[in-house]
Amino acid sequence: MQYLFDCRRITALVFVVSWIGFSASHASDKLRLLATGSSTVAPVMAELARKYEQAHPGARIDVQTGGSSRGVADMINGLCDMGMVSRDLKPSERVLHAYTIAHDGIAVITHRDNPVDALDRIQLIKIYRGEARDWGDVGGIAGVPVVVVNKAAGRSTLELFLRYLDLAPDQVRPDIIIGDNQQGLKTVAGNRSGIGYVSIGAALQAQQEGVPIKLLTLEGAKPTIANVTAGNYPITRPLNIVTRKPAQGAVSEVLAFIHSDEGVAVIESLNFVPVQ
Amino acid sequence: MTDRLLTWTLGAATLMVASLIAIIAAFLLNESLGMLNRVELGRFFTDSGWSPTMSRFNILPMIVASVLLMAGAVIVAAPLAIFTAVFLRFYAPSPVIDIGRRIIEVLAAMPSVVYGLWGLVVLVPIIAAWQQPGASLMAGILVLSLMIFPTITIVVHSGLAAMPRHYIEASQALAMSRAYMVRQVVLPAVRASIAAGITLGAARAIGETMAVMMVTGNIVAVPGDLFDPVRALTSNIALEMAYALGDHRGALYISSLLLLSIVILLVLINEFIVSNKLEH
Repeated sequence: MQYLFDCRRITALVFVVSWIGFSASHASDKLRLLATGSSTVAPVMAELARKYEQAHPGARIDVQTGGSSRGVADMINGLCDMGMVSRDLKPSERVLHAYTIAHDGIAVITHRDNPVDALDRIQLIKIYRGEARDWGDVGGIAGVPVVVVNKAAGRSTLELFLRYLDLAPDQVRPDIIIGDNQQGLKTVAGNRSGIGYVSIGAALQAQQEGVPIKLLTLEGAKPTIANVTAGNYPITRPLNIVTRKPAQGAVSEVLAFIHSDEGVAVIESLNFVPVQ
Repeated sequence: MTDRLLTWTLGAATLMVASLIAIIAAFLLNESLGMLNRVELGRFFTDSGWSPTMSRFNILPMIVASVLLMAGAVIVAAPLAIFTAVFLRFYAPSPVIDIGRRIIEVLAAMPSVVYGLWGLVVLVPIIAAWQQPGASLMAGILVLSLMIFPTITIVVHSGLAAMPRHYIEASQALAMSRAYMVRQVVLPAVRASIAAGITLGAARAIGETMAVMMVTGNIVAVPGDLFDPVRALTSNIALEMAYALGDHRGALYISSLLLLSIVILLVLINEFIVSNKLEH
């Protein structure tokens, strides 16, 4: 037994382990890119990355989420190669270069069993300000409370939605605050009185997968790909890849791939509107 | 010679881990100090709310939420865990013991995000059907108690297994009933293990982030009852750290420092209970 813990063996083991770790970190020095930011862009980017990696053996693109603000902050701090931002850049962020890869809208969603099919802007303002606390106030079943699902601060979906409603963040009276699109979809799918808002692409995708949600008609416009493409839907936004310097080398190759027929097919398959 | 080398190797490993904790604490302290110089400490408890981008830094509702979640989870899980451990050690037939222990080990090792996902898609809708909005302090307490139950059970059970055999033999020689023996001999003998299990469970509960964030609704407010949504300190850090800058970031580092202090306090309380027990 005493040989099991022999120091020479331990030393040898330490060397072997560090050698494995060292060589692993050097094995993939061909091409490795990191994309961080918007949870709306992330699934598109992940799918595009998968296709890109298939076409370019040795290439590897890692995708991490955390909201558009993280995409911007990481890019400014040099922590990623591509920042994912699901809105226009703000004036203070214009030092970055934005490349639009697709267009998306923001859909207002409820549980599938909610009888309300359409809302207008004024009704949404009342709901999000906490003035309409009962579905009966906005044409639904009286006596059923409205459970307001809001996004956490720093998420571009929140910023765009509140700008559309012309509300300040502290005017909103939420019952539940969520992080990314998926949590929003699961929360509304699990609550018959809930109302929330998420990326149209993500909502349509979830609906196709059988998640029991409904996308509401907003100001008379249905949240569909066609309406986003035609500019008939009230809340639309660009999905951007941002970089610190004008895109070059590997990043510009990835951008070229995104705009190729194969990239466009991926974007369409995920219910976003590609940029031709 | 070999023994001395081994002593040094083990000592070095211990020192490395210990200094890592010190480095983390120093880092948090360093990141917090800049902000503490600008913003009075009292403001973290007296500001009119939590809107860090507008310089309002009241973290009191989140401290209350974290402590309530932890206390609630311990109150629900600890008695169940102690009963389960005693049952497995003294009452269960032997096939049940093996299966029971395996199940508890799997539960203890289950990733917290799995508990969170289950809470979000199963538990929260059930609570919502009863009391809106569903995502609440209650949902958080239930998910956390499920998570810390196996931790406490395992620690108490190994305490029971390590208990000197002659305690039981002596009890049997005195013709004690099994129930009387458990109450009067066994439980007092493993008090230190129970305290250690609860400390570990409580520390896991207050540090849990993902599962809590998925089920508690994340509204920054002191809850009026069990069905109100709350935001834990950990969830707040996870939700906001990615984009926080300047004083906002500083406030999140101060929250982290506070969490670390609470965990250290828990360990000290445990230490106190155990050493107190040895004196008697």
